[in-house]
Amino acid sequence: MEQLFSLLDSTIRVATPLVLAALAGMFSERSGVVDIGLEGKMLVAAFAAAAAAFVTHSPWLGLLAGIMASVSLAMVHAFVSVTYNGNQLISGMAINTIASGITPVLGLAWFQQGGNTPQLDDDSRFHDISLPLADALSNVPVIGHLYSKLLSGHSILVYLTVLIIPVVSWVVYRSRFGLRLRAVGENPHAADTAGVSVARVRYIALFWGGVLCGVAGTFLSVYQTGSFIKEMTAGKGFLALAALIFGKWRPLPAVLGCLLFAFADASQIRLEGVDLPIVGQIPSQAIQVIPYVLTVLLLAGFVGRAVAPKAIGVPFVKSR
Amino acid sequence: MPRWAQLTVLPALNLLAALLVTGFVTWMIGEDPWECLQLLVSGAFGSGEGIGYTLFYTTGFIFTGLAVATAFHAGLFNIGGEGQAYLAGLGVTLVVLAFDHTLPPIVLVPLCILAAMGFGAAWAFIPGWLQAKRGSHIVVTTIMFNFIAYSLMLYLIGHHLIEAGSQNPTTREFGQASWIPAIHQVAAGMGISLPSTPLNLTFVMALLACGLFYLLVWHSRWGFQLRTVGVNESAARYAGINVSKTIILAMCVSGALSGFAAINELLGSTHRMNVSFTNGVGFVGIAVALMGRNHPVGIILSALLFGGLTQGGLELSFEKPVITREMIIFIQGLIILFCGALENLFEPFIAGLFKRKEDK
Repeated sequence: MEQLFSLLDSTIRVATPLVLAALAGMFSERSGVVDIGLEGKMLVAAFAAAAAAFVTHSPWLGLLAGIMASVSLAMVHAFVSVTYNGNQLISGMAINTIASGITPVLGLAWFQQGGNTPQLDDDSRFHDISLPLADALSNVPVIGHLYSKLLSGHSILVYLTVLIIPVVSWVVYRSRFGLRLRAVGENPHAADTAGVSVARVRYIALFWGGVLCGVAGTFLSVYQTGSFIKEMTAGKGFLALAALIFGKWRPLPAVLGCLLFAFADASQIRLEGVDLPIVGQIPSQAIQVIPYVLTVLLLAGFVGRAVAPKAIGVPFVKSR
Repeated sequence: MPRWAQLTVLPALNLLAALLVTGFVTWMIGEDPWECLQLLVSGAFGSGEGIGYTLFYTTGFIFTGLAVATAFHAGLFNIGGEGQAYLAGLGVTLVVLAFDHTLPPIVLVPLCILAAMGFGAAWAFIPGWLQAKRGSHIVVTTIMFNFIAYSLMLYLIGHHLIEAGSQNPTTREFGQASWIPAIHQVAAGMGISLPSTPLNLTFVMALLACGLFYLLVWHSRWGFQLRTVGVNESAARYAGINVSKTIILAMCVSGALSGFAAINELLGSTHRMNVSFTNGVGFVGIAVALMGRNHPVGIILSALLFGGLTQGGLELSFEKPVITREMIIFIQGLIILFCGALENLFEPFIAGLFKRKEDK
């Protein structure tokens, strides 16, 4: 039981940045702009947040800096994809490469620690917070345990993410902006005819994508590790993209995808070197590849079928 | 605006924009950009040794650049060069470990090259097939295949190919029979003395590959099919071209070309395989192809630029510890942005200049 709780607990921790990044990707891709730059945006956010939190001793200013850094890259992507009608894939690739280059360069110049940022002290980090009555209920069997061990004791960013999920879901399916977002991603010409500014909707979508990636990056550096480490996103942006495809570009299934991938990741560490019945030892790499293999199979239509928004990747050129 | 200007002035301006941003960042971290540029150029081209290393790095970049360009001509963006080179390394290693004490070099080296091409092509075949037959997007699939390749190689090297008793995840040293002769050894045989560098005969193969690439893409029936599919898939289908076959074959050629990067590194320089031998060569190929506008001459020039940046950057980092390898990755990203995503950014301004000239 204890083990299961700790497994689920780390699932939540691993899943949080994935969920944020996947939702960021959803905004962008639902508006018809491919976003393979999630990884890069998270990375600059992680760096900017850790650097700002270290200098100002405030995790919240760190969060702000992280969001700003991520949004500025998102705006570069928007300029290329929307204003300039450039190739969105190449732009995303450029953003990832720029991010993995610039963060250690600035890190080394500013902090002289091999490209990482110094360890944040306690005041400059986000902390685990206990939900009300967590201590009092911890002795109640099952429910009390569940509440105090699993639900309580996470960072404020985790609870923020839990709130963001229904909000995003509502925005995409129930709000006026969401309807326009989906229209622009499926058939921009029809949306344009109806008087919707395709460029405006795409810029807004990419902006919010930038904000969410900023929170995801901040989570990694200012909460999880307490410092920026070179290449600390380590493919999480692509994993989020995989989860987004796994969820067929819909918010709740994408979140489920993130939880599934995070669960696989969390169990991988615990399965290391353990003899399982029948199969014996599973190499950790075999579990690491599961999300990627699943995505490939899913895209190929071997396991269900993932159909992308129709106008994805195509620059919108208003006919003359 | 004339075609020659489109192929020279625009890439030069894009490169300049990328270098200006780099110069700004260099200035921001408190270094003198001009001094750094001088150190970098003299590190890359200022000595025989520097040139040797520059051309060694150039070799790998030419191959991955050609690989990306092949796919581009078919309208495919192959991000998987890194993984394909990685798997090609596995092919090379398997052949070498099995035969390096039994086969003579004249048989072993071609066999290794075939293995590299075969493994690289096979790793590119799957995404190509999935794109052609199942409609799954090549970019996402190749990204996923890079990760799968990395995990697979980590497992194979860590559990099976590792040198017995070694703590580092590397294979044993390859037998001498598999080593591709270095240029300085060949030159010494002809009585010319060159400094000792890892530059090897793979460089000659790279130049040959550029010539073949030109003939294949612009002067062969298949090349015409390739470019037609790239420009307009429906028109190609209507003209009776087998689109899926062309796409799959383009990816296989692309993967096979990436495989040569592994040959250059493993048989030309390190003579053993470790987990990080590709070191981003496949990703540099993207920038090389974009900057070289998918033409072999452009690819050679931009590969030379990146070879120089890699070697000069290493030398620079000895002088200026604050400027590291990551600075080169940053430049690479800027070049992808300016030469790839924003390739015609300056066209309106430049086109205006040419127009005025014509009016007079």
